Amino acid sequence: MTPTPEYRKTRVVIDAAQLDVLIANLRAQGYEVIGPTVADGAIVYAPLSGAGELPAGVTDVQGPGSYRLEKNGTALFAHVVGPHAWKRYLYPPEQLLFRSVRQGRNLRINEELELKRYAFLGVRPCDIAAIRIHDKVFADGEYADPGYSARRQAAFIVAVNCTRPAATCFCASMNTGPRARDGFDLALTEFSDRGAPEFLVEVGSARGSQTLAKLKHRPAGEDDLKRADALLAAAARSMSRSMPSGIADAIEDHLEDAYWDKIAGRCINCANCTMVCPTCFCTTVEDVTDLSGDIAERWRKWDSCFNIDFSYIHGGSVRREASSRFRQWMRHKLDTWHDQFATSGCVGCGRCITWCPVGIDITEEARTLTKG
Amino acid sequence: MAINGYKPKLAVWKFSSCDGCQLSLLDCEDELLAVVGRVEIGYFLEATRAEVKGPYDISLVEGSISTPHDAERIHRIRRQSKTLVTIGACATSGGIQALRNFKDVDDFAAAVYARPDYIDTLAKSTPIRDHVRVDFELHGCPINKHQLLELLNATLNGRKPNIPSYSQCIECKRKGTVCVMVTTGAPCLGPVVHAGCGNLCPSCARPCYGCFGPKETPNTTSLAAWFDSLGQDRREIKHLFRSFTANAEAFRKESESHEKPQI
Ligand code: SF4
Ligand code: SF4
Ligand code: SF4
Ligand code: SF4
Repeated sequence: MTPTPEYRKTRVVIDAAQLDVLIANLRAQGYEVIGPTVADGAIVYAPLSGAGELPAGVTDVQGPGSYRLEKNGTALFAHVVGPHAWKRYLYPPEQLLFRSVRQGRNLRINEELELKRYAFLGVRPCDIAAIRIHDKVFADGEYADPGYSARRQAAFIVAVNCTRPAATCFCASMNTGPRARDGFDLALTEFSDRGAPEFLVEVGSARGSQTLAKLKHRPAGEDDLKRADALLAAAARSMSRSMPSGIADAIEDHLEDAYWDKIAGRCINCANCTMVCPTCFCTTVEDVTDLSGDIAERWRKWDSCFNIDFSYIHGGSVRREASSRFRQWMRHKLDTWHDQFATSGCVGCGRCITWCPVGIDITEEARTLTKG
Repeated sequence: MAINGYKPKLAVWKFSSCDGCQLSLLDCEDELLAVVGRVEIGYFLEATRAEVKGPYDISLVEGSISTPHDAERIHRIRRQSKTLVTIGACATSGGIQALRNFKDVDDFAAAVYARPDYIDTLAKSTPIRDHVRVDFELHGCPINKHQLLELLNATLNGRKPNIPSYSQCIECKRKGTVCVMVTTGAPCLGPVVHAGCGNLCPSCARPCYGCFGPKETPNTTSLAAWFDSLGQDRREIKHLFRSFTANAEAFRKESESHEKPQI
């Protein structure tokens, strides 16, 4: 075993003003800094130019099919995951794969590789787990996706541990949160209960360590560490939702079951759940031409197993019934994903619960199956 | 279709409609010259008075069938068209004028016209598909010009058009639009509506009106039940489904099921 690098033992405290310095430093290093900010009634992930754009004193109240913002306190990170996931940036919803141009009898092909260096500020532990799942899907083995791999390798990750889960969060039962153990360059735990916010900082990489060195900080004391431990333990205890264990077997045991028809009565197969899920990765490929037919482009776009064309093969779609599409979603996420990628396809972020327009709750559905 | 300098003949036909969809073709300002370079305009009264005799390679049909004359004329057009594509909510579902399908058309005529006996109209406004075989339908009120170009493009280059029939929600999510219904509780038809408008309303924080009609396998019953839980009454739910594409089967049935007060 390789020894734990020295920087992993670093524990320091910074104040909120240092976040501004951090953002400025990352930008100076050529990163586009993406982080949480309020827009259109939600906390979205968008480019940040300073810490002033963080959602200070704003918290999110989430439930099945419902999301509202409220003013509350002074914390900068008193919210959790929202409508966007980091896959927007690492695996964009619409991506040009190549363009081909016909010139006389020749065909010229340009492979377009958009290379952006992102720094993600405020990545929640469940989302770190999700990004690691995407690493297995896209950046592993012989057929690694060059665009994803390049963006991922360049990405600088500032994690923020969750001291206030939403009602839809269930990471504790998926072992993915509310504290990030690794997979970050820097990780913050916010203290906001005693006046102006302060942050306990942990370091996960050499470049994280170098970046931290430029910030004003004080060494963390024993009480700081205890305070963070207590906050995060309380957060884990406060989660009201959980994924029942044994869900994979329960699905296998109920492959032919009236349950699927029943849930298909509620599910609209609108695909929102898969679009917001940080681990869902399915796409479709569209070829387009200009009117002359001389220029052709191949685009890759987010797609979903809830769409009929998704299972279109010669002669028609395999999963025409809404019930079979819902079953495909749950079975892949919670069951066959284990065979494919040696992990659950769900990290417990709760996005699918909040953003389902009719409030279908994956934990509740899983419970129905494990009981039935 | 466009081999060895042969220019396919394009015709644009109008039935009961507002002309908005044909205007989408003229609205393709930047691309219009390229289109005209690739096709011969055989019949397009909004653009030119010149007429070229049929048959036509591509016929775009706008408007619904709402008079006996329409019902007879569409068959002639079909006979002259190799590919017939209907464009817009009127042609694909019967349009806003299909609101009369839910009432007695004679009562409307009597209320609106001084001489209702001059009015020669059918009891119902119906989509072209109910009368002749249709090769492709382009939805929307009005249609989206990018989809129209994509359709012409695909037809001219002999490939399948990229015009998906999934939900409007997918457009929201790809664009990054925050869900209006989840964040405000306002009733949005998006989950059961055919994508294609380019995410116009939700990206302006307005719930989807449903201009593009029902998507593939639309579960309107579940969405209507959710509207009910958001506080919409039966009349409001009926009106939500009964607008530009009121006569599209899924929406017609859903609005009818909210017609009478529940016992
Ligand atoms: S579970 Fe909800 S979000 Fe997912 S497809 Fe069904 S209705 Fe849409
Ligand atoms: S399935 Fe739902 S809760 Fe699980 S990771 Fe995806 S969006 Fe989050
Ligand atoms: S699921 Fe857990 S890690 Fe994710 S946002 Fe909620 S509390 Fe944080
Ligand atoms: S705003 Fe409407 S169309 Fe967009 S995701 Fe929400 S429900 Fe769907």
